[in-house]
Amino acid sequence: MDSLRVGWFLALRQIKRSSIWTTLLIIFIMTLTFLNLVVVGGILVGLTAGASLAYERQYSGEVFLRNLMTKEYIEQSENVMRTARSFPEVAAISGRYIQGGKVEANYKTAVGPKQSPDSIGVQIVGIDPVSENAVTGIGERLISGEDLKIGEEGYVLLGKNLVEKYTVGSGPISVVVLHGIDVGSRVRINVAGREGEFTVKGIIKSKVGDVSMRVYMVDAELRRMIGRSDKNVDEIAIRLVPGASATQVRDGLKAAGFESLARVETSRESQGTFLDDIEKTFAMLANVIGGIGIIVASITVFIVIFINAVTRRKYIGILKGIGVTASAIEISYVLQSIFYALIGAGLGLIVVYAVLKPYFDGHPINFPFSDGLLVVPIDGTMLRAAVLIAVTIVAGYFPARMIISKNTLDSILGR
Amino acid sequence: MPIIIDAINVVKAYGEGELQHTVLKNISLQIEEGEFVAIMGRSGAGKSTLMYQLSLLDRPTEGEIILDGVYANTLEEDERTRFRLHNLGYVFQDYALMPELTALENVAVPLLMQGKSKKEAYEKATVALDSVSLAERLMNLPSQLSGGEQQRVSIARSIAHGPKILFADEPTANLDSETSRQVLGIFRELNDKGQTIVMVTHEKEFGLLADRIITVQDGNIVSYR
Repeated sequence: MDSLRVGWFLALRQIKRSSIWTTLLIIFIMTLTFLNLVVVGGILVGLTAGASLAYERQYSGEVFLRNLMTKEYIEQSENVMRTARSFPEVAAISGRYIQGGKVEANYKTAVGPKQSPDSIGVQIVGIDPVSENAVTGIGERLISGEDLKIGEEGYVLLGKNLVEKYTVGSGPISVVVLHGIDVGSRVRINVAGREGEFTVKGIIKSKVGDVSMRVYMVDAELRRMIGRSDKNVDEIAIRLVPGASATQVRDGLKAAGFESLARVETSRESQGTFLDDIEKTFAMLANVIGGIGIIVASITVFIVIFINAVTRRKYIGILKGIGVTASAIEISYVLQSIFYALIGAGLGLIVVYAVLKPYFDGHPINFPFSDGLLVVPIDGTMLRAAVLIAVTIVAGYFPARMIISKNTLDSILGR
Repeated sequence: MPIIIDAINVVKAYGEGELQHTVLKNISLQIEEGEFVAIMGRSGAGKSTLMYQLSLLDRPTEGEIILDGVYANTLEEDERTRFRLHNLGYVFQDYALMPELTALENVAVPLLMQGKSKKEAYEKATVALDSVSLAERLMNLPSQLSGGEQQRVSIARSIAHGPKILFADEPTANLDSETSRQVLGIFRELNDKGQTIVMVTHEKEFGLLADRIITVQDGNIVSYR
């Protein structure tokens, strides 16, 4: 007990009266180490989290229904959507008709024997613009032109990745693109054996491949082209009210017997295991980087405390000489290490939650395939802070122990 | 008076084999309680080495040290530290104050280690500093004190906890003659009050202030006076 008291007494005064610049430097290093532990992992995990969030917001909604693998569409779609609308958690629903087809450009100018028009196999999607906007806000993603309107015919929206003008500089996302196409251009669409000319009304930008590689038209027009009169759709995206549980709604729909009509999944489930695997991979990578960060931090603390103890070896010898126990001196060094780690981690927490998290929420990192977020769950962050403090204590104890265990007289005489 | 320090056939050697160098050669001496003893000798004679053995800062290669009836050889390292804390006081040549502690805090450290409350430790430290005329300099750091003042703080630290024996290793080596006389005057006063003092010095003038002078030469005691 006396050792703890004297250790505290000595540590407090060493911290208070040591060089402010040395103290600030050590704390700065500890803060950077903490940020390295938390932020690098947070960005890596946030990269996939951003992609997953975009998929949910821009494409699937929180709950997503698709046709069974054995069916061409979702049978009894109207019944499914009517039931889903009756759930209090459901805020909006969009049913989509989807048919594989072909979109062509330059078909009027490519007339030579060796010339052929740009032609891409795509998914043609028929949407109710109002419902789709309520679920995915597709109109907000227009980078050029205007949104579709209900009842409007002869117009389409093109995904950005289909148009050469909008893919330049963004890498080889699509090998085949439509050249010379922009808002107001005419394209030819071939679907289910029928052909029609459409005016490009807008270009949709999204990092979700399912959104930026599609052609959108008003649902009534696509139904007419593919001859679907029963109003059975291929996808149903469901937006929930804030705070509602996706699994609860999914289970409710399954309980209503719709599992036999469609694949009923949460957004996350509908993204498959690939994203989970990537997320796990990134989490492992983050742990490796964090582990290296911890080793660097422990070596830093070791060196700092070792140099401190070596330069104060004479005084350590004198303290032992006048009767201060080795444990009291060790405690003083361990307490100093804890101080550096606590302040470093504390400042790191402030930087993460008061600066970086709000900033990245407002300004996601522009990765090629997602808008990366900073994922820093409080429990994981606190665990990392605890690990940093624990490692620092160990890294502070050993060098102090090494110096303190030296012969008292040798320490006093500096030999 | 009872014997408080009893050294029996003390040998201190450094190194091994052919490289072994014997600094103290079979030294025996006794010091009574309340005595003021000066250990003198030329540089390299072994006087400081002798004091380190007597004050439990070092372990002799051979021989026995008995302090206040306690056989020092039987004490483990922690026990020696505890023994020093409760029974011995030290004044070092270069003052040996902790640079980040004020004069008051430097003196209070051994008292806190003894388990005294901070209030009591500070009170006793203040009394000790007052006894060496430093009552006005309690809150000064060592860097804000002169050499003489620092040595007086060191003396205050060595006596605040009421040690049975006070060891001083060349306490005036870094001081001018006027300040040296002041410091030795304090030792004289302490001894007059019954404090046992063992002081190493190479200056004859200061050695003469002691009750007894033990002269060391080439690792042997050559005279007692």
